[in-house]
Amino acid sequence: MIKDEEELVRTKVKRQAMADYLTPSVQNIKPSGIRRFFDLVNTRKDVITLGVGEPDFITPWHVREAAVYSLERGKTQYTSNAGLPALREAIGQYLNDQFQTPYNPANEILVTVGGSEAIDLALRALIVPGDEILIPEPCYISYSPITALGGGVPVGIETFAKDKFKLTAESLQAVITPRSKVLILCYPSNPTGGIMTYEDWLPIAKVVEDNDLIVISDEIYAELTYGTKHCSFSAMPGMRDRTILVSGFSKAFAMTGWRLGYACGHPDLIAAMLKIHQYTVMCAPAMAQYAGVEALTRGLEEKDRMVDAYNQRRRLVVKGFRDIGLECHEPEGAFYAFPSVKATGLTSERFAERLLEEGGVAAVPGDVFGLGGEGHLRCSYATSVSNLAEALDRIGGFVHKLKQG
Amino acid sequence: MNELQLKVLELLKEDARRDADLIATLLGAPAEEVKQAIAELEHNHIIVKYATIVNWSKVDDEKVTALIEVQITPERGRGFEGIAERIYLYPEVKSVYLMSGAYDLLVEVEGKNLKEVASFVSNKLSPIDAVLSTKTNFILKKYKQDGIIFEEHEGDDRLMISP
Repeated sequence: MIKDEEELVRTKVKRQAMADYLTPSVQNIKPSGIRRFFDLVNTRKDVITLGVGEPDFITPWHVREAAVYSLERGKTQYTSNAGLPALREAIGQYLNDQFQTPYNPANEILVTVGGSEAIDLALRALIVPGDEILIPEPCYISYSPITALGGGVPVGIETFAKDKFKLTAESLQAVITPRSKVLILCYPSNPTGGIMTYEDWLPIAKVVEDNDLIVISDEIYAELTYGTKHCSFSAMPGMRDRTILVSGFSKAFAMTGWRLGYACGHPDLIAAMLKIHQYTVMCAPAMAQYAGVEALTRGLEEKDRMVDAYNQRRRLVVKGFRDIGLECHEPEGAFYAFPSVKATGLTSERFAERLLEEGGVAAVPGDVFGLGGEGHLRCSYATSVSNLAEALDRIGGFVHKLKQG
Repeated sequence: MNELQLKVLELLKEDARRDADLIATLLGAPAEEVKQAIAELEHNHIIVKYATIVNWSKVDDEKVTALIEVQITPERGRGFEGIAERIYLYPEVKSVYLMSGAYDLLVEVEGKNLKEVASFVSNKLSPIDAVLSTKTNFILKKYKQDGIIFEEHEGDDRLMISP
């Protein structure tokens, strides 16, 4: 055998297990805690679930109908890579009207396959292996894994219930090193329901500027605020060119399954993200984009109706948890309550498991959302008032039983 | 009517069984104010009745409903009011609307069977002096009533847990 063949045989022996072919970055990713809990829930019947991170409303009919109409007219081809011009126009108009964040549809807006793709594109465009990506936690479960997949190093920043889970300039400053490059923000927050106001953002913007960071601001829940109008990080003085604003249609317009999102930012950043986008997915689905135009141009009233309904349920859930004796900060955005179960002496995982087994209610243990999540439970109130009332009844019964030992 | 009353009405329209405490929690308003709002709405006959929407087609009860278009000659001084009253006082009449367009009154009549409705039209409605003509349309199937869709075609198909 010649030397090269020997080498090949050795390699083949080494790679006997399929896992040997995988990159370390994929191998090192742990299965999502949500997925694990999902499998557990699936073994049960008669469960009321507060575990769902999506609206319980169906996409308004006029939006669905717009997609059907686009199919009837045979609009089934690729759209331009950056997205239908009409949709980019509508996004630009909408962002300017709603959040005073003007973007040029020609070169500052990119339509993506959900907000998730937009975040992935931004990270892939920015990360040089070893770069540190700063992530306030508890947070949406994807940020750390996609950072790691891109070769970055996720750095969590713990936030606390006593601060309403707001990010503070001090805690941000404390984790910054010369390798820090990107800050990922998600306010209103999944899972805590925390929001940031103009005054909260000001000191953060200063730290971002002083340390030359780029910000990916995931504002998917921007429409879902209660009492306070959402303040976009991109609207802060000097932050527009440092920020990639990411949003989408899933939460505000009840369009999770359509996979339609967008990213807005400096033309050079958007151009870089567009390169990756066009070589990986080409463009977002055409019919979803036609639906998106309809949602943004004629769907705001329906959206307001849904926000009103979430607000009513939010009051019911917060009062419910407090009546039960579980501490619950008042969520001011998104559709999650994040009560503390520390008073019961159980970890969030154990509490969630026993609540499922003994109470028939599914809620997601807070520890899966990272630092600061332990001791909490994420409860989505995107479900009917009668479901919520029944769930609160069951949780009350379960906690009462726990207290009696 | 104030804003609170309007919101209370909307919540009761969705589900008439909601009590004042629950409504107060949902609206973030004091329970006493909600109780008073409901009392006023009832007193002023804005809330006329708490009713149940029934899908009778699922009940083993052979009812028929007709929508009857009625043309009438209005009365001097009272217009359509007197005739409308003569008609709506019959217990088999479920609703009466004054309409614009090709006819004047739309009368909803419910009966045990087709014959009973026909008999009402020929013996009671048509003989009224002011009634010029009637056109009876039977309802074959109800798809949606008062904003409620009868067929449950949009269930909750979401995953039990999702991000």
